Amino acid sequence: MIISELKPLEELQQALAEFDKLFLVGCAACATTCKSGGEEEIFKLQEWLTEQEKTVTGSVVIDEACHIMRAARDLRHHKNAVQEADAMVVLACGSGVQSISSTIEKRVVGGLNSMFLGNVRRFGHYEEMCSLCGDCILNETAGICPVTTCAKGLLNGPCGGMEDGHCEADAEIECAWRLIYERLQKQNRQGVFARRVPPKNWSRRRQPGRYRLKDGGR
Amino acid sequence: MSHLSTQLASGQFVVTAEIAPPKGTNLAPALAEAAKFEGITAVNVTDNQGANMRLSSLALAAQLQQAGTETVLQLTCRDRNRMALQSDLLGAAAFGIENLLLLSGDHSKFGDHPDARPVFDLDSVQLLDMTAGLMAGFDMVGKPLDGVPNFFPGAAVNPAAEPFELMFQKVSKKIDSGARFFQTQSIFDRDALERFMAAMIPLNVPVVAGVLLIRNAKMARFLNDNIPGVKVPKVLLDRFDRAVDPLAEGVAIARETVGWARELCQGVHLMTLGHEDKIPAILA
Repeated sequence: MIISELKPLEELQQALAEFDKLFLVGCAACATTCKSGGEEEIFKLQEWLTEQEKTVTGSVVIDEACHIMRAARDLRHHKNAVQEADAMVVLACGSGVQSISSTIEKRVVGGLNSMFLGNVRRFGHYEEMCSLCGDCILNETAGICPVTTCAKGLLNGPCGGMEDGHCEADAEIECAWRLIYERLQKQNRQGVFARRVPPKNWSRRRQPGRYRLKDGGR
Repeated sequence: MSHLSTQLASGQFVVTAEIAPPKGTNLAPALAEAAKFEGITAVNVTDNQGANMRLSSLALAAQLQQAGTETVLQLTCRDRNRMALQSDLLGAAAFGIENLLLLSGDHSKFGDHPDARPVFDLDSVQLLDMTAGLMAGFDMVGKPLDGVPNFFPGAAVNPAAEPFELMFQKVSKKIDSGARFFQTQSIFDRDALERFMAAMIPLNVPVVAGVLLIRNAKMARFLNDNIPGVKVPKVLLDRFDRAVDPLAEGVAIARETVGWARELCQGVHLMTLGHEDKIPAILA
């Protein structure tokens, strides 16, 4: 899921300074799970905005804010409250914010910073394991992604900064290449160490990404 | 042919030193410092060392070459994508630079621009491969070059890294990708160096051992806390703590390390960080 966190309140205060009446939008998918934009956070935001002497005209938690058409449909159900507002405050990832900003004429204020595609280690602990590079090497690296979990994204083994098997950029993190090496050893195979890995094809990750299912997904 | 490559090929024990480009455009101190080096085969010119922004290593290396000092140009993958790396290498060749030390580079978070986006479009193995390609007359996409560079590419290694086999598989890859010599991370442990050299001998690629002049206990502890891949062992920390003249102790330790290198390696790389006047004593 997409891991996001609430922007610093001072930043939000500034972004909302010119508006009095606000409509709040959350997201029932990732932002709910990582407790940045679910029902509870929308409620807290409403309380805070009231303290700031703003008027909240209404709110909705959209099923998946990243779904442009559904987001538009859900907002239509709150037409009057949306109409009444000077601006929308969206507690969803950057994708969600842009679903809203592309379907409505009103000013849209994003309340979160989107951070990464995260795995849940345990409740409230998220880790980035995949950076959506479009050119997956996991089958050779025993299911551990060096593009993401090596701080430098190296493809041919650890850098000279590995210390006692830990990462130079964060001593609390185990070196991705040490983990790959140990798991491949357990699996009794050479995997990625059997070859020199050529430079990565970053054209697979050209932005903005576009993808369409063949035959329209039928 | 660079002096470094011919001396290593002939089995002569080589000595390299290191110079950092200035923060700013004043090259005079660096050029004056280089002119003072004696008995040095080539001088490494560092590339935004420790991820601190400085004048480009290529610009200072070019000036040093013109002044008659042979250089080893250090080039890291941290600050340039594959296009910039290729064009800088061709530029280096145009200035007569042959010796290269091709590195991944310390992470940007260690330096004075921690908010910078680290590049790492290539890693050091891929950078070596690309350099071999340029020397064969082709860029990374196979387009022919008009004028082909002649380089003596080198790579870095930390002989004390653990797990040893994991570190060493990368050494093998670097050799397969055209590394013609290695310069090592600072050596503090003779046993680790011996084990590494035992594995290197069959591969027949010369190793220039890194020797860092440590001034005092404070510097040793700073290195341990802040410099990736550098671990000054406790026995040396104790020696600095006991020493009446810590700098003299540092010179003595460096001289002992040079002694190990004379026995086991093909040269030494001296990192004296402003104490270039101590080089004769370290080599004595």
